[in-house]
Amino acid sequence: MSKTVAIIGGGIAGLETSIQLEKLGYDVTLYEKDKALGGHAGKWDRLFPNRRHATEVIDSLTSRIKDKVQINLAATVNQIKRENGSFLVEANGKSQKADAIVLTTGFELFPANKKEEYGYGIFENVITSAELESMFSSNGKPLMTNGNNPAKVAFIHCVGSRDEKVNRPYCSKVCCVTAVKQAIEVKEAIPTSDVYCFYMDLRMFGPGYEDLYKEAQVKGVNFIRGRLSETSEMEGGRVLIKAEDTLSSKPLKMTVDMVVLMVGMSPLPSTEKLLKDLEITPNNDGFVQVKDYHLEPTHTEADGVFVAGACTGPNNITDSVNAAHTAALEVHKYLTSE
Amino acid sequence: MNLHAVQIPFHPFVLPFTIGLIFLVFYIVGKWIYWVSQFSWEDKKKIIRGFFSLKTPQAIWEVFMESLLHRKVFRRNALLGYMHMSLAFGWFLLIVFGNLETRFFTHGRINPPYIPIFFEFFEHDLTSLDYGRFFTFTMDLLLLFVLSGVGLAYFKRFRSKPLGMKNTTKHSTIDRLALTALWLIFPLRLLAESVTAGLYDAGGFITNSIGTFMMTFLPIQHFYYPSWWAYSIALGAFFVFIPFTRYMHIPTEILLIFLRKYGIVEKAIHSTYTQVELSSCSRCGICIDACQLGSDLGIVSTQSTYLIKSIRYDQPTEKLIDSCMACTRCDQLCPVGIDIASIRANERKMIQLFQENSYKYINGYEYKKAKVAYFAGCMGHLTPSVYKATLALFKKAGVDYNFIDRDGSICCGRPLQLAGQEDAAKQLIEKNIKLIENCGATVLVTSCPICAKVFTDSYKLKIPIYHHSQYLLMLAKEKKLKFEKSDLQITYHDPCELGRGLGVYDEPRELLGMAGKLIESANSRENSLCCGGSLGITNISHEQRNTIASITLSELAADKADVVATACPLCKKTFKSASENVRIADISEIMLDAVQENANKIQSEFVQEKEIETIHN
Amino acid sequence: MVNFGYTTLPTHIHDMDKADLGLADSISFEDSSFNLCIACGSCTSTCTAGAFTNFSFRQMCHQIKRGENSQAIAESEKCMLCGKCTLACPRNVNTRNIIRLVRKANQTI
Ligand SMILES: Cc1cc2nc3c(=O)[nH]c(=O)nc-3n(C[C@H](O)[C@H](O)[C@H](O)COP(=O)(O)OP(=O)(O)OC[C@H]3O[C@@H](n4cnc5c(N)ncnc54)[C@H](O)[C@@H]3O)c2cc1C
Ligand code: SF4
Ligand code: SF4
Ligand code: SF4
Ligand code: SF4
Ligand code: SF4
Repeated sequence: MSKTVAIIGGGIAGLETSIQLEKLGYDVTLYEKDKALGGHAGKWDRLFPNRRHATEVIDSLTSRIKDKVQINLAATVNQIKRENGSFLVEANGKSQKADAIVLTTGFELFPANKKEEYGYGIFENVITSAELESMFSSNGKPLMTNGNNPAKVAFIHCVGSRDEKVNRPYCSKVCCVTAVKQAIEVKEAIPTSDVYCFYMDLRMFGPGYEDLYKEAQVKGVNFIRGRLSETSEMEGGRVLIKAEDTLSSKPLKMTVDMVVLMVGMSPLPSTEKLLKDLEITPNNDGFVQVKDYHLEPTHTEADGVFVAGACTGPNNITDSVNAAHTAALEVHKYLTSE
Repeated sequence: MNLHAVQIPFHPFVLPFTIGLIFLVFYIVGKWIYWVSQFSWEDKKKIIRGFFSLKTPQAIWEVFMESLLHRKVFRRNALLGYMHMSLAFGWFLLIVFGNLETRFFTHGRINPPYIPIFFEFFEHDLTSLDYGRFFTFTMDLLLLFVLSGVGLAYFKRFRSKPLGMKNTTKHSTIDRLALTALWLIFPLRLLAESVTAGLYDAGGFITNSIGTFMMTFLPIQHFYYPSWWAYSIALGAFFVFIPFTRYMHIPTEILLIFLRKYGIVEKAIHSTYTQVELSSCSRCGICIDACQLGSDLGIVSTQSTYLIKSIRYDQPTEKLIDSCMACTRCDQLCPVGIDIASIRANERKMIQLFQENSYKYINGYEYKKAKVAYFAGCMGHLTPSVYKATLALFKKAGVDYNFIDRDGSICCGRPLQLAGQEDAAKQLIEKNIKLIENCGATVLVTSCPICAKVFTDSYKLKIPIYHHSQYLLMLAKEKKLKFEKSDLQITYHDPCELGRGLGVYDEPRELLGMAGKLIESANSRENSLCCGGSLGITNISHEQRNTIASITLSELAADKADVVATACPLCKKTFKSASENVRIADISEIMLDAVQENANKIQSEFVQEKEIETIHN
Repeated sequence: MVNFGYTTLPTHIHDMDKADLGLADSISFEDSSFNLCIACGSCTSTCTAGAFTNFSFRQMCHQIKRGENSQAIAESEKCMLCGKCTLACPRNVNTRNIIRLVRKANQTI
């Protein structure tokens, strides 16, 4: 009888792990709490670094899943119990047995209203980067609440990242390059618009990222080194923002039509409950603690429980796919060594 | 001994007591005269005027209630109150009854003070006389009463928890000597009287039975003189120690009560009144227990009583002076009524950090013109949902308002005051008064309790000043705003500056009561805890502030409430930084949600939160 | 002495060989949050005093870290101690305490 692996979360990491484990001959049960697969990436319009459509990536992954994967949609795993060397995974009131677990529960977007001074949920036309992605998917461009094209757009980096006041001291890695990508897209969609990025540091760590930064510069995106401190509402739904232009040591104010908050990747609160069940302590930032950052990046402290993707910390799709491969192989080694 | 003899009886053992008493009386009278003579002419006039008024009997009543019965301590903790009361009031009654007894049996003769104190020595057997049994019984009962207090005091030294005290004060050597003398007085009295009662088969129900019992196995005739000597020495020693120890608080508190009744208060700098207050601290430790720096952060050497002690005996360090949130929680609880907050504030004034002209750069600035002026304050600009909700309510009520500091303001000056920078604060206050007067408003409303506090206390504006909770309540009472009550469970956090600072406790509660069901937490109103964000302290870290905020939030019974209501932008920010699991909203946001036509509509930020999360995850 | 050609404009360069970092050391000893600044400028742009004058908390700290103490101390006087910057700072720099420490340094000079 072949062994069963439960995969919790049907985002990029969960999909890729399922594909690999199925190829290795395992029965896979994939749980996804949403009605569709793909996770966060499924909600993006186009992806950095090469701006292909996110649907291409998701479709390619889902098409490679074969029938040995039992897909449970709208199935939130809310409990995992250990029983005689295997696991009982509970979702929608039903329990299913599994011989190994892969956590691919991903992240949550930083709830932007926690930074009250940025005006999200209070002022019109203060939106998040995720909402901008949806605007691109549905309209191909950003729109103000009154239906107009924004003439001036400000991207605010590090919202809910690198901020001790909201207890998220870490860098979310992908938002700098996302801001640059989105800035380019706004410029392309509305060529007359003025686009500004307010950053503290530009962290362009991956292949092609620095190129995107250069492209943005060429396209006329303005970069201002300073962090937003407060916002205020002006007539016509415009937003007044304040930051210091630290490179010239002068406070700066600017009235814009739209503020885009580059929300960070936060630990998903519901994952904490599963970690408790499995006796795994989260790391300092609240993400899943891996066993060894260098040598065992997809192991956890708990025997038979593996992990991949953004539930271990901010990452991009490439990281999720790489981790998924490693995790699948580690699960295989674990199940064959018994 | 013949009681009717004209000659007054004497024995040398009474000397330690008598000398001690004479010394103490002279010292206290001298000290009181010295203090009173040091008062300013103004204060002296107040004392004279007050002396010949109803205030004197009122003060006597208060002395009775506080110095003897310790009513305030009682309210804080019944057992602790009983301890203080049995010692003070019991001793007082012993003296009164002792005097009555002596007077009675000496047929009204005026006796030197040692006679009533050592009456049992001079007249062994009262039981055979008329009413003798009554007096011996009563005196024994009173002694028992005092001894129960002494017992509790012993107990408190070793285990203070049941007395409601997590901490007791630390003592110096001379304090310890005095304490020992005090603790010995009543047991020694019991011993002396019991020995006497045993030898002469006299005394009341306690002394007699103890005496007779001791006789069965002890040669108590040898104890007779030594025990009376010891009792007298303990009394005398305690009296001599009083001026040099914390026990000076006993006589000084009496003077303090009179002075306070006559209207004397703390000045902008230390005064003679401060001297009196410093000596009135009984080191009861209530202020130590009140202080969150101690209970939450383990900082246990900077509380008010330590400050008082160190001003009295040496020079407080800057760290000691600075380590206080100025939450005034201890100030409210001090049973002696010492104006601790002013004493600390005056200490802080001694370090001048700013210059005469620090803010000369502020000029050519104006606030917006307004009828009803709304002032958000510095911090208010970081909580836009508060001012947005408040102004939305103003609009609904048809108030002709303007947001006068929409483009920013100069600071109200309160943070500088809290840091002891009175002169610097004055510069800002003067400039701000002009700006506010120039905007032509007839009413000033602010969302910030810190601003409201200094506007009220130091601005002397000719227009009424309201915190937004007060103003919104007025609008509701005038029926300009109608709210719909829901079953939202709300706990209200009293901001320090609004509650203890300005005495505004009822208005926010009344207003919130129109929106939902108000739950009171264990520490509310005068006892409410500080959120930890206080501007009164600079030398604690954000992490420490978070610790205080989390503890305060859990004390607010947040698990039972749907929302914790605040009325201060700083409290809101502090709480939000400390916890993500508790909903925190300003009173204005809650009220906006409860406005009749808005009820059930999603309005405020904390309701939207849920929506947003479900959309994006 | 090698000067890297920095001979002409001594006031326009940071000569870290000669900088007086005593004040920086004493402040970071008293309050280590002084070291945590990432120069984001939130404090400066939210600053109440900064709306009227060119005072910048960020710059003041930076000046101290480069030994420009007298300029920093002179600047610090403009602060109103309002505490807004404390709320804005993403690194929990204890701004008001640092201002007080700088002002105290003014007294000892
Ligand atoms: C604004 C933004 C733009 C981005 N753009 C790019 C880009 O262009 N290119 C790129 O490479 N990366 C991008 N990223 C990063 C990328 O989104 C992540 O790397 C990727 O989504 C991580 O995938 P994941 O599967 O680990 O997590 P997720 O995408 O979060 O998937 C986790 C899944 O698990 C499910 N789940 C969670 N808990 C449970 C449970 N208990 N039971 C059942 N199901 C559960 C969730 O519903 C979710 O579907 C972007 C990130 C952000 C924030
Ligand atoms: S990636 Fe950039 S925007 Fe995102 S947290 Fe890091 S520095 Fe800030
Ligand atoms: S200051 Fe007041 S509360 Fe504190 S020890 Fe003294 S008397 Fe007690
Ligand atoms: S005012 Fe508050 S912080 Fe200061 S000593 Fe009293 S209780 Fe403690
Ligand atoms: S405390 Fe001083 S530096 Fe900070 S915002 Fe206020 S005025 Fe500016
Ligand atoms: S807000 Fe904090 S981190 Fe940013 S510049 Fe000011 S002190 Fe530095």
